[in-house]
This record gives sequence, C-alpha cells and structure tokens, in this order.
Amino acid sequence: MKEPTMRPDVILETRKLSKEFPITTGAWGKQVGEVKAVTDVDLQIKQGQTVGLVGESGCGKSTLGRTILRAYEPTSGQILFRETDGSVVDLAGLSEKQLKPYRRSIRMVFQDPFSSLNPRMTLADIIGEPLRVNTVVPEAAIEGKVVELLTKVGLRPEYLHRYPNAFSGGERQRVGLARALALDPRLVVADEAVSALDVSVRAQILNLMKDLQEEEDLTYLFISHDLGMVEYMADEVVVMYVGHIVESGPTEELYDRPLHPYTEALLSAVPNPDPSAADRRERIVLKGEVADPTNVPSGCPFRTRCAYAQDKCTSDVPELREVSSGRRVACHFAEELDLRGLSELGAA
Amino acid sequence: MQQTRTSEPTGRRVLDTDAPYVLDVRDVRTEFQLEDGVVGAVEGVTLQVRRGETLAVVGESGCGKSVMARSILQLVDRPGKIVGGQVWVPVPPIDPETAKRRRGLFSRKKAPTIPVVTDPDAPEGMVDLLASDPEILRAVRGKRISMVFQEPMTSLSAVHKVGDQIAETILLHEPVTTEDARKRAIELLRRVGIAAPEKRVDAYPFELSGGMRQRVMIAMALACDPELLIADEPTTALDVTTQAQILELLKSLRDETGMAIMIITHDLGVAAQLADSIAVMYLGNVVEYGDLAEVFRHPKHPYTRALLASVPKLGQSRGRRLEPVRGMVPHPFARPSGCTFRDRCDFAQIGRCDVAPPPLLRDDDGHEVRCVLYEEER
Repeated sequence: MKEPTMRPDVILETRKLSKEFPITTGAWGKQVGEVKAVTDVDLQIKQGQTVGLVGESGCGKSTLGRTILRAYEPTSGQILFRETDGSVVDLAGLSEKQLKPYRRSIRMVFQDPFSSLNPRMTLADIIGEPLRVNTVVPEAAIEGKVVELLTKVGLRPEYLHRYPNAFSGGERQRVGLARALALDPRLVVADEAVSALDVSVRAQILNLMKDLQEEEDLTYLFISHDLGMVEYMADEVVVMYVGHIVESGPTEELYDRPLHPYTEALLSAVPNPDPSAADRRERIVLKGEVADPTNVPSGCPFRTRCAYAQDKCTSDVPELREVSSGRRVACHFAEELDLRGLSELGAA
Repeated sequence: MQQTRTSEPTGRRVLDTDAPYVLDVRDVRTEFQLEDGVVGAVEGVTLQVRRGETLAVVGESGCGKSVMARSILQLVDRPGKIVGGQVWVPVPPIDPETAKRRRGLFSRKKAPTIPVVTDPDAPEGMVDLLASDPEILRAVRGKRISMVFQEPMTSLSAVHKVGDQIAETILLHEPVTTEDARKRAIELLRRVGIAAPEKRVDAYPFELSGGMRQRVMIAMALACDPELLIADEPTTALDVTTQAQILELLKSLRDETGMAIMIITHDLGVAAQLADSIAVMYLGNVVEYGDLAEVFRHPKHPYTRALLASVPKLGQSRGRRLEPVRGMVPHPFARPSGCTFRDRCDFAQIGRCDVAPPPLLRDDDGHEVRCVLYEEER
C-alpha cells in the first residue's frame, strides 16, 4: 500500500470522512434510510495546536470526534495520522488489532464527569486501567505512575484509593484528564469537556488543559458549543452544520470576519456578559431548527435558515473551498457577502 | 427571508422606580431535613420585584437559587421545608365560582378569607403567601405568578396534548368553556411563535423539539396574563441559537404585556441580555444585589468579581488568562463559619470573616453587598 502524504506539521487529517447511521425497521432490520451525521469532512489538525469544533447540537461534531477515534466505524474516507517517526498511517483502513498501538496516541475526555467514571472503581483503578491494559509499565510501578498523574492534574496523592462519588464535578473532570493522559497521548479529543461544570470551576479546568498542553506538547480537538470557550482555547476553529464543515480558519480571523452566514448568526447569538454591549448590539436571530440529518436539504444545507439564500443555493451544493490562506468556507457568495464579525456585532 | 433582524438595538429600558411591588420576599429560609442532618438551602433571602421589572438571580449550582424560586410558590418537594420568612404578593381577586370549581364540586370547605394582617411592617394591600390559606396560594399560582421550568421534557406531561395542558391552566383560573380555553391555547401558541398552532395544539410533547417545548412552557405560563413570570434556567438545555430565540421571545412578551420577570440563571450573559437588576447568590445567601449595569460595571463582592473574571467574554479573552475562582463550592454539610465564601476569597480577613456572618451593606443607590470589605466606606 502506498503511503499517503500529509503536510509535515499536521498530526491528523481526515479526507472525505463520512459517517452514516442506518435507520432500520421491522423484525429483520430492513434499512429504510440513513442519518448522515458526518459528510465528506476534510479536517487538518496541526501538531501542538488546539482545533475548536463548534456547532449546534445535532450538527455532527461529537460523531466526528468519535469517528476520528474509531469509536464509530467510518462509512467512507480516510483518517491519516502521523506516527512519532514521521510516517503516516490511515487509521480508517486498519483492523481492530492493527489499530491497538494507535489507541494509545489518541485519547478522549468525555463530557459528563458523573457518568464517565465507574463508581465502583477507585481512582487508582480508573487511572491505572489504561496502563494495565496496554502494559506500558510493570504492575508494581502503576501506583507510582498514577500518583504522578494525579499530581499533574492538581489532585492530591491521598485520593488514590477513594471512589469517584467523593469528588465534585471539577475534580472528576481532572480524573478524566489524568486517565486520558496516562498513556502519554499525542492527540486528545475533548468532547464538551467542561460544559457540565460550574462556571467558576470551568476556568480552572480550561487553564489546566492549557498548561498540560504546553508541558506535554499535546494537540487538542476541542469540541464545544460555547463560542466564548472555543475562542479562549483554540488556535483554529472549524464550524459544522448538519454534518458538513461550513467554515474554518484561524480563531481570530474567523471571529473578526466570518465568511459563512451560519458563523455570523452563531457569533451573534452568544449572550455577552456586558450590559452596555447588550444594548448596542444588533442581533441576528436564526429562525427554525437545525435541518434534519435524515433529510438534508438539497444544495446548501443551511439555505433553509439563511437570510442571504438565493436560487443557486437550492440547486448547487457549495464546495468547501480555500478563499485565502488557511480560510475555508462552503458558501457560494462568501466573497460578495459582507458579514459582521465580533466588533460589528458589538461584542468586542 | 428566514432571519429576522431586531435592527433597533434598544437603549436602556427606563423603569418606573416607584411602581408597586409584585413580589416582596423577606428573609425566606428553606431547609432540607435529611437523614444525615439539616441542609440550609436558602438562608434568609430578601428581595423585591417591581411591576415590569426583570430581576436576574445568578449563582452556581447548589447556591439555592432554584429552591428560593420554588419557595415563593411553595413548590419545594419533600424533604425540603420552608422554615421561615414571608412572601408578600398583592392580594389576588378570588372569584367565588372558580374558587368553588377549584375546590371541587362536592367540597364543603368554606370560601377562603384574606387573613387579617397584624404585622405593622406589612406592606399595603399585600398578603403573605406563607401564612395564608392554601386557597389564596392557588389563586396566585399559575395566574398572578407563573413559572417556567428548566427541563421542558420533564415538566410537560408526556401523555397529554400540549393544547390540553395549556387549557387546563385557563380552566382552573377562569370561568370559560372548554372550547374557549382551546381557542385561547391556540392563540397563546401563536403568540409564542409556534408555526401552525391549530395543528400543534393537538401535538404531544415528544413530537416537538426542545425549543418548541420551551415555547409551550412559556405559553402555559402566560395563559392567565401573570404579573410575574418566574423562569428557572429557561434556556440552559437549549442551543445558543435557540437560546437567542427564547430570550428574544421573553423580551418581546415582557414589553408587550408589562409583566415582571424573575429569571434564574447561571449564565451571566443571559442575565446581561434580559435583566434590569441582579441578585448574586452564594450558598443560600444573596451576596450582592442591585442595578444590573451597576453591578456588572462595579462589582463589589469578591465572589461577583471572581465570577465575572472567570467567564471567557467573546473578543476579550485573546492572549489573556482566565482567573478562576479558587477551590469549589463547599459541601452543604461543611458550610464555613462566618462568611460562607471566605475559603475561596482572596480578601478574607482572619478574625473577621470567620467569626460572624458579614453585614448587609446598602449604598445610596440601593446597591447591596454582604461583605466586611465595605464597612469602612460608610
């Protein structure tokens, strides 16, 4: 098999990655349709950076994260991953057995710290389990390694033999981070990792994630619906709508000058904790709901809610194209529209 | 056109500061009597809402904001118990016919009477819900004061059509026929922005999306033109775009009907969007209370300040590090002595903050703060 090529600074790249879930009916499970959760996604994650993935619920951002981990089997497309020696491998084409070494390199932090930790296991078991399963350290050294991990995420080593129910949401999420970091991963997929936490604790975890990134040279795929947090965390932002990437680019540029009407609407919808800005602000309120992924509209999936939609949007599917260096957008009229970014929306 | 632009960024709303109170909560205390001991969820909350005013109650989970709101209408489930305080509301008019229907046809209970108020501090023309006949409470609940809950799926009945659920409220409070109630339900659904209300009135909640269910909840709350709408985290379970829709809806309904709103939220952004005044709660106490713009611009209490600094603001967090609040909300059984925030406070003074609960200080503009730091200023 010919080895695929990637740009040297990229650690993970998806090419035309799709995931469909079948809809079945009847006793024989006859397939009557499919949910197109992720459609033809091209995504690049650079080494040491944080890519923020945003969109409303049901837009496929979690499915994309899980498909990259091969927690879901991709329907089609490639997931290219760079190994430490620089060679590139397509994770989508590997068997479960061949995949095992790569499971150590890509880890996940889950959303709900209450259901993602087994209440019958102590922290030593929870954090030690990946070490044990992958036999990276000898059994005798596991406890030492767990203590080291606990300290790293800001928990006290005495907690080793306690159960998760003794801890608050923020502490549990630290445990989740420690578990993800146990195998020295290179890419961490954080799926709404702080959304379930209280506001005052959220900032602690976000800062911890930033510090760990610096110390361990980690790469994050940061999935969130909160644009404020994504702005704080991410170097690059990818906006998804009904399984498609509609826009991507460096965080600052994208927030200052969105090119896709959906991004503009999302930015406008964020409530800003500044009453004077709230007065000045002109808001775009999207009508209706996210399109049904079992029955995606023809042409541009966003056209049913778009203020700028024209006839062309119904007939032609807009390609995700590069408009300037690093900026990609899937809109026929990206060049003609003059969309408002943060400053015009009165937020900055 | 599928997008609407609310193009006139409205200036600050002008409030009538002499408008009468629609709610006057005084020193309400609610406890949860558990096997392991007593947890004080609400530890003496005092606040007022004037007619047409929007008050935001903000705080982290576990600070008692929802229990406080539920205490107003006595909706606290066991083992929760309201153990003290007063909830003053304007005396509701009680129509003997509807009151009788609410009691049940064969009830032999007498019509309720407004209790005679002996308290000299009692406000004029108001009645204390906690001390009065349950019949008075029933005349207020759902009619004068109504509530929107956080989880629209669990707060709507899954086995009744949404139209019937809205009509039930109307039938309970007003002498109308079933057909009229249904017509009003359709009208209400139209008012909260549900397309094809004639069809949706016969829908079950599972057929509707999260945003639509929340609209149904709001329609139900508006059914009897309340003076005060208590919205408990109305947008927390929703997407940002849907959240923006619901906030716009609440704003326009408020401006249309002149009702007052008490919005309970943990999101300072939501509070800033909607409210005129704000009460910040921490562990069962209101620690800061005042005009929203004033509190956001010059937060006084260390907790309010820390809370504001720990939220990433769009366009302002670049290259800056968030300053989180230290530690976490203490366990309700391990409530610190004195000021409950002192463990996490950067300005805590040993010998002062841990000894006695901080005093409630009020400046000339009515900006209240519960912290010893401002004692010298006076």
